[in-house]
Amino acid sequence: MNLELLGITVLWTFLYGYLIVASIDFGAGFFAYYARLKKKDHIINDLISRYLSPVWEVTNVFFVFFFVGIVGFFPATAYYYGTALLIPGSVAIILIAIRGSFYAFNNYGSRDSTFYLFLYGATGLLIPASLSTALTISEGGFLSVTDVEVTFLAKELFTSPFSWSVVFLSIVSVLFISATFLTYYADRADDRQARRTLRQFALFWTTPTIVASLLVFMSLQMHNPVHYDKAVTEYWWMFGLSLLCFSVASWFIYIGKRYGTAFIMVMLQFFFAFFGYGASHLPYILYPYITLHENVTNEAMATALVTVFILGLLLLIPSLILLMKLFLFDADYVKGKKK
Amino acid sequence: MELDSVMLSRMLTTMTLMFHIIFATIGVGVPIMIAIAEFIGIKKNDPYYLLLARRWARGFTITVAVGVVTGTAIGLQLSLLWPSFMEVAGQVIALPLFMETFAFFFEAIFLGIYLYTWDRFKGKWTHWLLTIPVMIGSSASALFITTVNAFMNTPQGFDLKNGEMINIEPIAAMFNPATPSKVMHVVMTSYMTSAAILAAIAAFAILKGRKGAYERKALRLTVTCTLIFSIIVSVTGDVSAKFLAEVQPEKLAAAEWHFETEKEADLIFFGTLNENGEIENEIRIPKFLSFLAGNSFDTEVIGLEEFPEDERPPLWIHYMFDIMVSIGMFVLAVSALYVIAGRVKKWNELNKPLLWAIVASGPLSMVAIEAGWILAEVGRQPWILRGYLKVAEAATTSNSVGLTFVMFALLYLVLGVMTVVVLIKMFKNSPAEAELEKRFPNRG
Ligand code: HDD
Ligand code: HEM
Ligand code: HEM
Repeated sequence: MNLELLGITVLWTFLYGYLIVASIDFGAGFFAYYARLKKKDHIINDLISRYLSPVWEVTNVFFVFFFVGIVGFFPATAYYYGTALLIPGSVAIILIAIRGSFYAFNNYGSRDSTFYLFLYGATGLLIPASLSTALTISEGGFLSVTDVEVTFLAKELFTSPFSWSVVFLSIVSVLFISATFLTYYADRADDRQARRTLRQFALFWTTPTIVASLLVFMSLQMHNPVHYDKAVTEYWWMFGLSLLCFSVASWFIYIGKRYGTAFIMVMLQFFFAFFGYGASHLPYILYPYITLHENVTNEAMATALVTVFILGLLLLIPSLILLMKLFLFDADYVKGKKK
Repeated sequence: MELDSVMLSRMLTTMTLMFHIIFATIGVGVPIMIAIAEFIGIKKNDPYYLLLARRWARGFTITVAVGVVTGTAIGLQLSLLWPSFMEVAGQVIALPLFMETFAFFFEAIFLGIYLYTWDRFKGKWTHWLLTIPVMIGSSASALFITTVNAFMNTPQGFDLKNGEMINIEPIAAMFNPATPSKVMHVVMTSYMTSAAILAAIAAFAILKGRKGAYERKALRLTVTCTLIFSIIVSVTGDVSAKFLAEVQPEKLAAAEWHFETEKEADLIFFGTLNENGEIENEIRIPKFLSFLAGNSFDTEVIGLEEFPEDERPPLWIHYMFDIMVSIGMFVLAVSALYVIAGRVKKWNELNKPLLWAIVASGPLSMVAIEAGWILAEVGRQPWILRGYLKVAEAATTSNSVGLTFVMFALLYLVLGVMTVVVLIKMFKNSPAEAELEKRFPNRG
């Protein structure tokens, strides 16, 4: 495996990690707000906060890791995306900033403001929608590039069926991933009421998830046939596995058993889809301007980054395991018996 | 002054960095203070110090959150506003930026654990041990980001050929000549400022009539730390000045209004420039600049005349230097006075003027941080990468920077106000005495 492939695999893995942990967080915000509206918040909101409080900062670091890493490995991305995305990028930053800080204000500071909770819930849906446009843009067709300038073709983006189907998929996935995880967490906490509510959420979002995925496929065929062809000819089996995992997960949730396995299946579902999508997108990082082999950073830097990455993992993995042991797998903590 | 995209990009970067640096400074320094308080609390079995650690940690969650979100903002904004710079410099300096994310990661994980496991472990020391990775993580992130900034001042570790960077050595770029002095000074000023801010809070509580043992112990601990850190800060500041004299003389010359190269150079304190560019109303300390630059009164100090006019930094950074140094001296004197007064039986260290001076030290230290950064960054002008790339060539060409500036200004305004409001509410709702009773009902 050459350095650039290793680099993009590492980054893609972290983006996948972010997809999962951030979805749980984003979706939880929405459910918490929804529950408040339906006056059911006493049922699930304690549970949600018990999970989120210790981990939200870690979630954010996954994201920082990805964008620092991609600019490090492929400096040209800074140039293209940076020049083009000033406004949408800034809007995304502001949303993330509002979300993170208001979460802290609400949770650690003055408790229980419905307005904060609203901000928290709304940004949970808007952020994935706005971040997903970066992926949309990587399919090409939304930038105009001259020698002196890169401009973002906002109108094309807003009128593209592909772009909207990606937005739709991102929101739906967030809610689906989050609901399946929280169902599992409620189950561990032995909190029947919360589990019942959350299981209904999870079941509700199964159909939209599959519909949204199909829509993305169909619109990709129109938007970037090269990518679509590669996906269905070379990597069809990954999408097939993804569908299989989805079915298994839905089945377990439906019969109301083995929520842990169900959540792992959901993780695998997204793993296969996400990596199938990424692998078939290669060698392009940003179609057709940035490619894996031409725009990778110099070899000395790439080697240094990979080395640091490996050393860093040796530090992080045990720490993450400790974090999960204390807050995810400690039955007493999950049940709220330990503070 | 023309508000083109370069100027607006500079303004937006400045605003974001100056806002972030407040929280970053607290983020680096406060973990040290929490660790010290919990350590003493366990060692002496003293609930006051344990409560202190707990309450600081609770406030810290709020400032960390704002630090994290503003830091994320900078990280993205650097690519959005300085795409050419990031593309070019990224070839050489991506390594420490990448390492910084590991430091954050490490810190974030253990901070999460620390904050939610106060009563989880059997041994008392287990919980304290968690402060070590938090301290390492936050100080390491300051270290890494400062190497990036040092690189912008004294770039090395590459050769430039036909506009392309070749022979790149990431490690050499990281450990460039500016790194040691800068890192020491940045880390130590963070510790000092955090101690001074916590001291200001304790002093303010005492002035408002809450004179219990809790407040007095908090004050003694924090002011003592402030004293120790500010002594170290003046040493590291001196090292920084000597470094500038040797490697980046134009910055020191602009900061000191030192126009002609000479031995036995005078130190100019404050003052004004008249229309002929002559210095007036200054306080002049004979030969002291030579001493500051090289430890002897006849060191030759390079003057601004030796640099082409379009490569001289703006002269107003002189005031930034003076503000920073004056505040450093003031805080050092105030904390020394308090510590001495505490030792001398006849003196009362809790007298009002001294307490008010301690209250002032906290915010003033933060002002010194801001002034120091403006000195360092504006003193690099017109370069973004000293000697290689000018600021004007690196900015985005987008014409919506103005709008973005307004959006972020609003964001920071809201975040700043909310932070203060939430922190005040948090501690008003649970006074220290009540919490002490609740948590440690049967203390001696
Ligand atoms: C509490 C804050 C504080 C205090 C009291 C001082 N400084 Fe400072 N100073 C900083 C906070 C700071 C800083 C914000 O941390 C800077 C900005 C960039 C840097 O490297 O550190 C800085 C930069 C800085 C520089 C420029 C370094 C460079 O650009 O490479 C010099 C020469 C000094 N300082 C010297 C001093 C001296 C002689 C002090 C006397 C006591 C002093 N500082 C006190
Ligand atoms: C001396 C200057 C700086 C110091 C000491 C510093 C330190 C910190 C600290 C301590 C945090 C995390 C807050 C916490 O967890 O306690 C933070 C967040 C962050 N900083 Fe800064 N910072 C500085 C300047 C910068 C600059 C110039 C950048 C951009 C290149 C930057 C990028 C970030 C990012 C991306 C985060 C968020 C990380 C996360 O999500 O956890 N920082 N910084
Ligand atoms: C470590 C903490 C840092 C702080 C507190 C800081 C602070 C500042 C300040 C106050 C300015 C305004 C100067 C002006 O008005 O022109 C500035 C400029 C700037 N800084 Fe830094 N800086 C830091 C590190 C960095 C790093 C690590 C980078 C890039 C990776 C960076 C990039 C810039 C850029 C691009 C500008 C605008 C160009 C200029 O005006 O000089 N800074 N910074």
